[in-house]
Amino acid sequence: MTWAHSGEAAAASINEMVPGAAVEYNETDVWILPEHILAVARHLKSAEGLDFSYLNALSAVDYVEYFEVVYHLLSLRRNSSLVVKTKIAGRDAPAISSVCSVWKGADLQEREVWDLMGVRFEGHPNMKRVMLWEGFDGHPLRKDFLG
Amino acid sequence: MAIKTEPVTINLGPQHPSTHGVFRLRVTFDGEVVLDVEPVLGYLHRGSEKLAESRTYVQIVTLTDRMDYIASMSNNLAYVRAVEKLADIEVPERAQYIRVISAELQRIASHMMATGFLLNDLGAFATPLMYCFRERERILDLFEMLCGARITLSYMRPGGIYQDAPEDFWPALDRIVEDLPKSIDELEDLITNNEIVLTRTRGVGTLNAEQAVDYSVSGPILRAAGVEWDLRKADPYEIYDRVEFDVPIGVDGDNFDRYIVRVQEMRESVRIIEQCIEQIPDGPVRAEAPFFIRAPEGDAYAAVEGPKGELGFYLVSDGGISPYRCKVRAPSFINLTPLREMLIGGKMGDLITTFGSVDIVLGEVDR
Repeated sequence: MTWAHSGEAAAASINEMVPGAAVEYNETDVWILPEHILAVARHLKSAEGLDFSYLNALSAVDYVEYFEVVYHLLSLRRNSSLVVKTKIAGRDAPAISSVCSVWKGADLQEREVWDLMGVRFEGHPNMKRVMLWEGFDGHPLRKDFLG
Repeated sequence: MAIKTEPVTINLGPQHPSTHGVFRLRVTFDGEVVLDVEPVLGYLHRGSEKLAESRTYVQIVTLTDRMDYIASMSNNLAYVRAVEKLADIEVPERAQYIRVISAELQRIASHMMATGFLLNDLGAFATPLMYCFRERERILDLFEMLCGARITLSYMRPGGIYQDAPEDFWPALDRIVEDLPKSIDELEDLITNNEIVLTRTRGVGTLNAEQAVDYSVSGPILRAAGVEWDLRKADPYEIYDRVEFDVPIGVDGDNFDRYIVRVQEMRESVRIIEQCIEQIPDGPVRAEAPFFIRAPEGDAYAAVEGPKGELGFYLVSDGGISPYRCKVRAPSFINLTPLREMLIGGKMGDLITTFGSVDIVLGEVDR
């Protein structure tokens, strides 16, 4: 059975490494500040006792006041899971650092989020639309998109 | 005298039989060698995730059919499991057994397609594919008995399944379960020790365990690379913890290993179905769930081991009758990430086989 890594323990471990990065947690999820994502990602992947080497899914949700980018992580060796979330304020040009350098599996998924949700990933090697064509007006999964 | 050469860029697809759908690869060749690949997708993008936001939880089942249309049962299962987790719905035992039986039948049908097309891509045009289609056709007949449809099934509902299997389903299932191992033997006789298949697939398109994990690939490709990770074992859902089966893994992570892992998985699926037929209890097949499900506020992620890999649904609810957000973790899409790694440096002929061995379905890639 895949066990959910406690959000509290993950938050404590993150804050020890990157002070002030984790701001909130519950049993399964941990919320971090978007500016620390890259440092946190590196820590989650390499730290002993965390070992989240597999980025399972990367998605974004539009909560109107803010965008939430969600990382579903897995540790195949320890069979545990963790959900990392981060809130990005502002609708004009929301952006966050790309985690491609940590998990290569983020490549297409980050492009999909940019394409459909309009959250830009800085430092991504090929930040282009993936489903729609370049020049398409708007990002369809946003709540204020009118097709 | 040295002859001056220059790289050539070729568009493979979007209308090309080897791409198994509307998929385009921009490939740069130096003679026969692949220098660069750029996948271009989105030709089948229908905005399923956006459509889901304006449909009720039960209606979305039909949208999931049209993602991986080779394996609708698995899509249905992944989606209804996410809804059940979100809205906390208990599923009757009999329904769980029938779900597992149909999901495993679907896995065999999907792997049959993958194997048949692998041979097609190798140049054994149509004949081996027809052997595989013959078995798949029989499975589709079973699905027709269950729900009247063959491809877009919509058989599952949050809380169970649409209806119990009819009386004549069980003897028909027994016959297929008896015949399938023989058909798989026959297929293996044709392929597994075939000299041409071995030379064309061994050591081609390799992806090692470390790369596979780093690139987030899942399913037979991950297992062919030697990583023993199968959600049915790692995180057993439905009744998978009550049946015995093995997880076949490969060694080299090449095209041949992917093929052999799929063949062995078909055999394991037959084993699972046999045990399900023995164990299945009587009882209701659908829990009392309202037609307009109102899930409490919050989010849930549930995944199943589909034929292509981990198929997951991430649902966010705001308390209404439709999900606020419905994200699909599509294995076909994510398994395309290491395509450059697998293709660059290879030969033109191997490009087609390697791409085929990833086994993608464009309905799921583009959604």
